[in-house]
Amino acid sequence: MQELQLPLSLEQIQSLKAGQAVYLTGTIFTARDCAHKRLIESIKTNTLPITLKEAAIYYAGPCPTPPNRVSGSCGPTTSMRMDSFTPTLIEQGVRVLIGKGERSQAVIDAIKKYNAIYFAAIGGAGALYGECIQSNELIAYPDLLSEGIYKLQVKNFPCIVAVDCKGNTIYR
Amino acid sequence: MKILSSKKIQDACYALIEQACTSIAPSCINAMQKASATEENSSAKFALDILLQNAELAQKEKLPICQDTGFAIFFVNIGRDVYIQGNLEEAIQNAVRQGYNDFYLRKSVCDPLTRVNTTDNTPANIHIEFTAGDSVEILFMPKGFGSENMSKLFMLTPAQGIDGILNAIVQTVQDAGSNPCPPIIVGVGIGGTFDSAPLLAKKALLREVGNHHAREDIKQLEIEALARINALQIGAQGFGGSTTALAVHMEVAPTHIAGLPVAINIQCHCMRIAKTVID
Repeated sequence: MQELQLPLSLEQIQSLKAGQAVYLTGTIFTARDCAHKRLIESIKTNTLPITLKEAAIYYAGPCPTPPNRVSGSCGPTTSMRMDSFTPTLIEQGVRVLIGKGERSQAVIDAIKKYNAIYFAAIGGAGALYGECIQSNELIAYPDLLSEGIYKLQVKNFPCIVAVDCKGNTIYR
Repeated sequence: MKILSSKKIQDACYALIEQACTSIAPSCINAMQKASATEENSSAKFALDILLQNAELAQKEKLPICQDTGFAIFFVNIGRDVYIQGNLEEAIQNAVRQGYNDFYLRKSVCDPLTRVNTTDNTPANIHIEFTAGDSVEILFMPKGFGSENMSKLFMLTPAQGIDGILNAIVQTVQDAGSNPCPPIIVGVGIGGTFDSAPLLAKKALLREVGNHHAREDIKQLEIEALARINALQIGAQGFGGSTTALAVHMEVAPTHIAGLPVAINIQCHCMRIAKTVID
C-alpha cells in the first residue's frame, strides 16, 4: 500500500497505475453539485474562492461536525454528476479528483491531456473517512450548507487509482 | 380501542432515526462478510473490508455510516384498534426535524427547482397502512440517493413476460454500474400500476437481506436474477469481481390485463432500517 503526500508531483502522478491502492495525506477541497456550478461561474467572473493550481477536489458533502470531533461522516459522492464541469477545472489546474464511480470520456481525455489523476474513495465508508480528517474549515459558499467548499487536511485517506494519467481505468 | 398519543409516536421515530443512520442491518453485514471471504478480486476485497471496518466504527462511535443520511422514509402500520390522539404526520415530521439536528445528520432535502435546502431534512415520506390488532409498527429507512438515482420503472407488455422482467432488472443494474455503491440490494416491484409498483419495490427492500419470497416461482426468479447480476462482474464499488449484488428481493401484486409494470429500486450496501412496535 503506497502512502502519498499531496500535492502530487508530475512524476508521482505518472508513476501511478489504475487499480493501485494508496493512502493520501494532505490538503483536499470538497465540492459537489452546486459548488461545481458556482466554481465554473466564478472562473468566468474571475472570483474563484480557492486556488485551483495543483488542487485536489473531493466530491463530498459531509455531515455536520459533532462536538469534540473534527468532522462529521464524509465519504465520496457519485462523480458522474460532476463530469460536465470537470474538464474545465482540470484546464484551470486541478490535478487530483476524488470521488466514486465511472467518469465520462471527456473527463478521461482531460485527465490524459493534463496529466491529472482520478482516485476512487470507497462509497459508503463515511464514518471512516470522517476519522481521516485532521482539520476542517468551511471556506466558501456557506449558504450551500453541506454542499459548500470545505478545506480538509486528511491523513491516510484510503483510495484506489481509478483513472490514471494514461487514461487507463479500473472500471469495465 | 387503545389510545396512543402522537407524542409517543414522535419519540419512537426520533430514536429510530439515530439507530438507523449509525448501523447497517445485521443481515447485510453477514452478507458482506461472506462476500469478502470468497471475493477473489483484490481491489473489490479492499473495498469490502473498508466497508466492514466502517460499519464497525460507525456503530461503536455512533457516527453516521454514510454522510448521505438520506431522504427520510417511514412505513407506519396502524392497528385498526388503535386511536392516535394528535397529528400523526406532524409528529413524524417533528421527529425528523429534531433528530436530523440533534444527531448531526446531513440535511439533504431541497426544492427540486431552486435547489434551496429545506434545512431540516423534511418533508419525510410517510406510508400509512392499517393492519389487524392494537399496536403500531414503524419502520424507518433513510434512503441515500446514489442508489435511488439509479432506480427505474418499466411499463412492460404482457408479451414481454418473465424474460422481459429479468432483462429489465439486469439492464438496470448494468446501466447503474459503479454509481449506486455496489454491492447492492435490488428491490423489484412487479405488477400493480404506475404508482404502486415503485412502492412495492421499496417494500421489497425492507426484507432481511437474502430472505426469499414465500412463493416458489418468485423465489426462483430472485435466484436467477441475482446470478445474472453477479455474472456482470461489476463488483464491489465497480472494481470488478463477483459481488455486484447481495440479494434480489421481489414483491408482486395483481395488475391490469394489458400491462406488466416492473419497478426496480436499488439500495446500496448501507442497508439502514430500524423498526419498533408501540403497544
